[in-house]
Amino acid sequence: MADQTITLEVFRYRPETDNEPTFQKYDVPYRADWVVLDALNWIKDNVDGTLSFRWSCRMGVCGSCGMMVNGVPRLTCSAFLREFFPEPVRVEPLANFPVERDLIVGLDSFMEKLKKAKPWLIRKEEKPLSEGEYLQTPAELARYKQFSMCINCTLCYAACPVVGHEPHFLGPAAIALAQRYNLDSRDQGRDERQEIVAGHEAVWDCTFVGECSQVCPKHVDPAGAIQQAKIASTIDWYTRFLLPKGQTR
Amino acid sequence: MKGPYIRPIPFDWFMQTAAYRRFMVRELTSVFIAGYLIFLLVFLHRAGQDDKAFGALLECLRSPVSLVLHLLVLGAALFHSITWFNLTPQAMPVRIGEERLPDALVAVLGGYLPWIVVSVVIFWGVLG
Repeated sequence: MADQTITLEVFRYRPETDNEPTFQKYDVPYRADWVVLDALNWIKDNVDGTLSFRWSCRMGVCGSCGMMVNGVPRLTCSAFLREFFPEPVRVEPLANFPVERDLIVGLDSFMEKLKKAKPWLIRKEEKPLSEGEYLQTPAELARYKQFSMCINCTLCYAACPVVGHEPHFLGPAAIALAQRYNLDSRDQGRDERQEIVAGHEAVWDCTFVGECSQVCPKHVDPAGAIQQAKIASTIDWYTRFLLPKGQTR
Repeated sequence: MKGPYIRPIPFDWFMQTAAYRRFMVRELTSVFIAGYLIFLLVFLHRAGQDDKAFGALLECLRSPVSLVLHLLVLGAALFHSITWFNLTPQAMPVRIGEERLPDALVAVLGGYLPWIVVSVVIFWGVLG
């Protein structure tokens, strides 16, 4: 067991020397309890210190070690080598993002989209601290809790073909987070978010491929959130159409 | 020094994974359903014309080509309906208090059961 190895085919792109990316093969010791991230760290420590990738917590919480593992967006800290052994493992940067270096992608566009969705509590009027906290029942918490588990790992953006074809698409995580706050009983910012979320570069760009929900390591179900936001927007439209003097919900 | 590298998306991106292929098949089945709706409109139009025109259409429908096309559309309609019924609970989850009804139950109550009831009523109306 100790002498067994597994091959990693790693995407390399060094902007100072490379015009095109290449794949580099590394033979890594095989350990049944190692994940792909362990193998990458072994390469960095023992073979090639220039190999660049992001990681932090190693426990599926920080969301920074997302990469394409054999073509599937995965957190490399939870993708065990034993899932693939003895076959080689191909490691690439997350799809649908520009590659800055090796396995590191540029997240600027995602950060802009996230900000547009206004994923924070918006109050029309804040009540003074002396009146205490905003109370919420367990049933009210249950309405949005699933969508609040997002760790911004962007695996859903790598899995979504619409993100690849429509660079302006707000995308799964940002819409799921907008929906998370829209469903929060303490929030009053739905109308502010609707301009962005209900637009054609947001929920109506989604064709419900559903892969965002399949790859989500936190079972957030962004595809479900987007379809629910579509239904809510449709109800808004009919409410305005049938009751011109009525207000949106 | 070059800037960030943008990877091209291959023309056949939808062939890359089984999930993408299933998605494309689901989308394509809607073409069959739209086509069959146009056929039904033509059928109703002919039914309002004289017996000879309607008789010719009925004769055409008995041909092997028509039978194969109908089976093809039936297959496409079944795939379309089943895949969408299975996705319904994601779009319309049903909550009772803190609990969310199981997805399978929502799909059955909101999709499959009404589908079976309506189908039985139509069969009963046509064949009964």
